Amino acid sequence: MPEQLFFALEVILNGLMAGVLYALVALGFVLIYKASGIFNYSQGVMALFAAATLVGIMDGQVPFSHLINAIFGTNVHHFGWHIPALLGILLTMGVMVFLAWAVNRFVFKHLVNQEPIILFMATIGLAYFLEGLSDLMWGGQLKTLDVGLPQGMNATLDEVTFNLFGYGFFIDNLDIVASIVALILVVTLTLYSQYSKQGRALRAVADDHQAALSVGISLNFIWILVWSIAGFVALVAGIMWGAKSGVQFSLSLMALKALPVLMLGGFTSIPGAIVGGLIIGVGEKLFEFTLGGMMGGATENWFAYVLALIFLVFRPQGLFGEKIIERV
Amino acid sequence: MNQMSTEGYTTADGRQIGGVLMEMKNITLRFGGVKAITDISFDIREGEIRAIIGPNGAGKSSMLNVISGFYVPQEGEVWFRGAKRPPMKPYQVAQQGIARTFQNIALFEGMSVLDNVMTGRLTHMKTGMVAQAIWKGAAEKEEVENREVVEKIIDFLEIQAIRKTPVARLPYGLKKRVELARALAAEPKLLLLDEPMAGMNVEEKEDMSRFILDVNDEFGTTIALIEHDMGVVMDLSDRVVVMDYGKKIGDGTPDEVRNNQAVIDAYLGVAHD
Repeated sequence: MPEQLFFALEVILNGLMAGVLYALVALGFVLIYKASGIFNYSQGVMALFAAATLVGIMDGQVPFSHLINAIFGTNVHHFGWHIPALLGILLTMGVMVFLAWAVNRFVFKHLVNQEPIILFMATIGLAYFLEGLSDLMWGGQLKTLDVGLPQGMNATLDEVTFNLFGYGFFIDNLDIVASIVALILVVTLTLYSQYSKQGRALRAVADDHQAALSVGISLNFIWILVWSIAGFVALVAGIMWGAKSGVQFSLSLMALKALPVLMLGGFTSIPGAIVGGLIIGVGEKLFEFTLGGMMGGATENWFAYVLALIFLVFRPQGLFGEKIIERV
Repeated sequence: MNQMSTEGYTTADGRQIGGVLMEMKNITLRFGGVKAITDISFDIREGEIRAIIGPNGAGKSSMLNVISGFYVPQEGEVWFRGAKRPPMKPYQVAQQGIARTFQNIALFEGMSVLDNVMTGRLTHMKTGMVAQAIWKGAAEKEEVENREVVEKIIDFLEIQAIRKTPVARLPYGLKKRVELARALAAEPKLLLLDEPMAGMNVEEKEDMSRFILDVNDEFGTTIALIEHDMGVVMDLSDRVVVMDYGKKIGDGTPDEVRNNQAVIDAYLGVAHD
């Protein structure tokens, strides 16, 4: 019997780790939503774009090489260098900041004071654009991303738990790294938005544009800052997911898993994104483990959405979201 | 009194008013074919309380929006502290030292009173993004210093008891006072108040009047305000600009304005030709 109990525990642990990865994507959504009231549908594609760019830069791929070769009849593909991971990440971050600037300059600057639904539609357009851009720049094939993160089973943990309980826990090293990174990211971002000057300006802009202007806040600057931070979070998520399952189109679909996470955690809460991610991660693994067999398996595909639906009925603002108060 | 002298004048209650702080020269503002403001000129002097009054739709709020940079006039010049102001974004105007409140209260509803007032200090905070992110040394020192200024203002406006309350929970009168606190926190050279007493009961109006006078008295802040309530305006202000249908119809001390025939006509509703 303890065998099964340990197995359940292992399932929970793995669920927590998977949840962290969901939370990472959800975090990107929350940041932009809090600061600009925009629900950024393109967050997942941004992660894909960031990961593809990182791979491209590290491998010394020539961006738009297919396009260039087709137009000029040349045959260039690689610069022939290989860039270390850390430098590659920094360069990619530069690209994400530029993207933030461009998105603000060419799209959202022209949509100030529009309805949220219009802004939302714009982000859908942005998602398709980025998807195409990513393919055009770096090619659409499956790429492997190796930034030197440890992978595979954590042997020490397996050994220690085996000696202690007679049952070796199987935890992926990458999941452990992802959890630590996510934790650091969340703590930093929460502190930054609560206590720094820019953080306060950020919350101010989210709350009231006019008032923010009247105290001397440049909306453009804040929006570029926010999209840069979202780009950074996308990059981190892209690295983690990319290292786990390769850089490919399906990477952008994981963003859909972030939706139930947000409904649970609340669209405006950074800690909510984390807790929501963990609940979904553990919930779907446990559900599959206990009842999955009876339902023909593959419950992980829909469990999160059903849970979110139940939440929408009973607590529409999520666990940590701001309570919706209507003054009459 | 309206001449362009650099020396000021002495008010009825014996306060010394300084030179010209802001001057509007021949301002015309159009929205499409509608003229909101037609060729208006007036000045605001250092240390005075200047009121802009007029019936509904006279263009008072538009005028305030021109001063604070929310509207850009098609014609005319805005002079501030002796220099012509180029077209500016509202946040740049704020950085120049012009703070304002809004007719319909524009506060950060989700934030506490303290945080709201702290945003007023943003123009005074200079440490960079990286230092802020690390939150040590200069950034921390700066936060503490600015916090002291803010606490002083919170004391001054008697809102200590609600410092940590989210603004959304406050009643209307207190929200108005928090908005004033936020504007004051910027230590502005010019404070613009858009109908500071709109929608208040008599008691709240008296409180607000007292605060406005105290602010002017204590900090020497120059104040330009728009108000509907004639009684309040006449009691508070040193000089009054009267607008009607986008035009200036009177300018002077409350007494001068009160006896101005054009002003009386505008308020009592004589037919326009």
